[in-house]
Amino acid sequence: MSAADVLPSRSATASRQGEGRRLVSTRLLASELRLIGGRRRNQAGLVVLAAVPIMMAIAVKVSTPGPGDGPDFLSSITSNGLFVPFAALSVEIAMFLPLAMSMLAGDSVAGEANIGTLRYLLTVPVDRARLLAVKYASLCLGALWGVAAVVIPGAVAGIALFGTGDMTTLSGSQLGFGAAVWRLVLASLYLSAGLAAFAAIGLFISTLTEQPIGAAIAIMVVNILAWILDAVPQLGWLHPWLFMHDWLAFPDLLRDPIQWSNLLHGLGIDLAYAVVFWLAAWARFAGKDITS
Amino acid sequence: MSTVADPGLAVESAGLTKRFGSQLAVGGIDLAVPRGAVYGFLGPNGSGKTTTIRMLLGLVRPTAGTSALLGLPVPARAGEALHRVGSLVEGPAFHPYLSGRANLVRLDAADLLADPRTTSQRVDAALDRVGLLAAARKRYRAYSLGMRQRLAIAAALLQPRDLLVLDEPTNGLDPQGTREVRSLIGSLAADGTTVLVSSHLLAEVEQVCSHLGIMREGHLVAQGTAGEVRGTGGSTARVRTEQPEEAARVLVELGVEKVTLGSSSVHGVPGDLAPEKIVAALVYAGVGVQEFTVSTPRLEDLFVQLTGEGFDVSG
Repeated sequence: MSAADVLPSRSATASRQGEGRRLVSTRLLASELRLIGGRRRNQAGLVVLAAVPIMMAIAVKVSTPGPGDGPDFLSSITSNGLFVPFAALSVEIAMFLPLAMSMLAGDSVAGEANIGTLRYLLTVPVDRARLLAVKYASLCLGALWGVAAVVIPGAVAGIALFGTGDMTTLSGSQLGFGAAVWRLVLASLYLSAGLAAFAAIGLFISTLTEQPIGAAIAIMVVNILAWILDAVPQLGWLHPWLFMHDWLAFPDLLRDPIQWSNLLHGLGIDLAYAVVFWLAAWARFAGKDITS
Repeated sequence: MSTVADPGLAVESAGLTKRFGSQLAVGGIDLAVPRGAVYGFLGPNGSGKTTTIRMLLGLVRPTAGTSALLGLPVPARAGEALHRVGSLVEGPAFHPYLSGRANLVRLDAADLLADPRTTSQRVDAALDRVGLLAAARKRYRAYSLGMRQRLAIAAALLQPRDLLVLDEPTNGLDPQGTREVRSLIGSLAADGTTVLVSSHLLAEVEQVCSHLGIMREGHLVAQGTAGEVRGTGGSTARVRTEQPEEAARVLVELGVEKVTLGSSSVHGVPGDLAPEKIVAALVYAGVGVQEFTVSTPRLEDLFVQLTGEGFDVSG
């Protein structure tokens, strides 16, 4: 086969240059999502995330909750199935969801460096800032994905087992089903934002190494350290500035009216962490020698 | 430090240097790859070829010096240049759980200039060109080393290129595959593409190269057209005679360098001296010349002479 059969002629090169580059393309992001979604490991992770609310719903159904347990989510489940995803979120936000984010974020840059595909992406060429932006966007969508894997199966299992009665808010008033679903959507978005901020820390750590597992462990260590620091009362001055401190404010969405102050503070902290650590990742990655 | 931007050169560098800590990987090299050339970038393992290529492609920042691809300085305008450069750097690297085809589609998706409407067609054409179409849907992890190498070459051919940078393209290929890569390089060059091909195996690339650059321990010890580089080794004149001492004296008087005396012969490097003058001088001095030969060294001998013979990798 001659060269002319396969490759466009030289004039094609010229016209290709003349086309004018597109500034934005979603193709790489779509490719990233396919890569993340296609990995067996990530699929297994989603199954684990989804299994927790289903197990909780079944456990509550088969046992009769004793009286006097206080107004926690678990004891409220029997009145409204939508409490299942809320309860599951409060259980998974400390460990499982950050663990899932750690795996994805650890893989983001270090994974590509480890198998050497990073050098081929960069010589395509993909601008380094663009690569980090796409990687971060895919992590943000991954956060939404992870939360959805908890909330949707949880809601389905809860409604199937406990029905859709009025939801009693933490303030004691009653919410209709539609309003309750809306509160659940807000809670999901709020925690996804928190996980996305956490993912920015992960993205930065992932630019420091070529070992994705090492990066994932380091990211998880950051999460655990934050929870430990948050549990030390003597460090009270620090608590409002920990990225995860306001995650636990998401039940404020179940008050009537919604108590926004902690939630807004939490979103501000999320934004600050996302910007600072994305920029740190960029500062590290922009001039890094790619020797893998 | 001089800057570079000669539009006649596809690849150019001035004083390009890279240190990793205290280790000098590349020590100030001045590459010049003319457009349309097939440039053989030769040197033993660890001589700095790959680090040089990484600097040329903007993957590694030089400690000192400058370089340009297709007349555009790197890394400042690397983005513009790299769209017209296909590259294979230090072996293939792809996602193991994706098929060969899916890996190429991913690289194409990353290219802002690539037309998504023609992706499928271009991917198939590139796979076909390297003879991998039949295995396109197999997972990459199931590929043999030779198939992986072919896939990496296919990735470099996804777009029409003005320059191909191929680092050890024949690694892991069987003799048949090596021959195919050679003929592929030849056909691309015939098409007008400049090719920079590195190898530690001289015989693999010698036949297709119009230009050569030879690296040793981070330095470019020879560079030029294949003919010029062969010439730098210097041809050797050999006289077979019954009077070697007498012949040696004549040769030294003529200015022949490195004259060495054998039992019935004399060697020397004649430099610019015309062979007929040497013979005439010998005969005039009464030396019985039984045989006189001037030989150009084989490239392989030259390569060994320039890069050292040892098996050990240079630290």
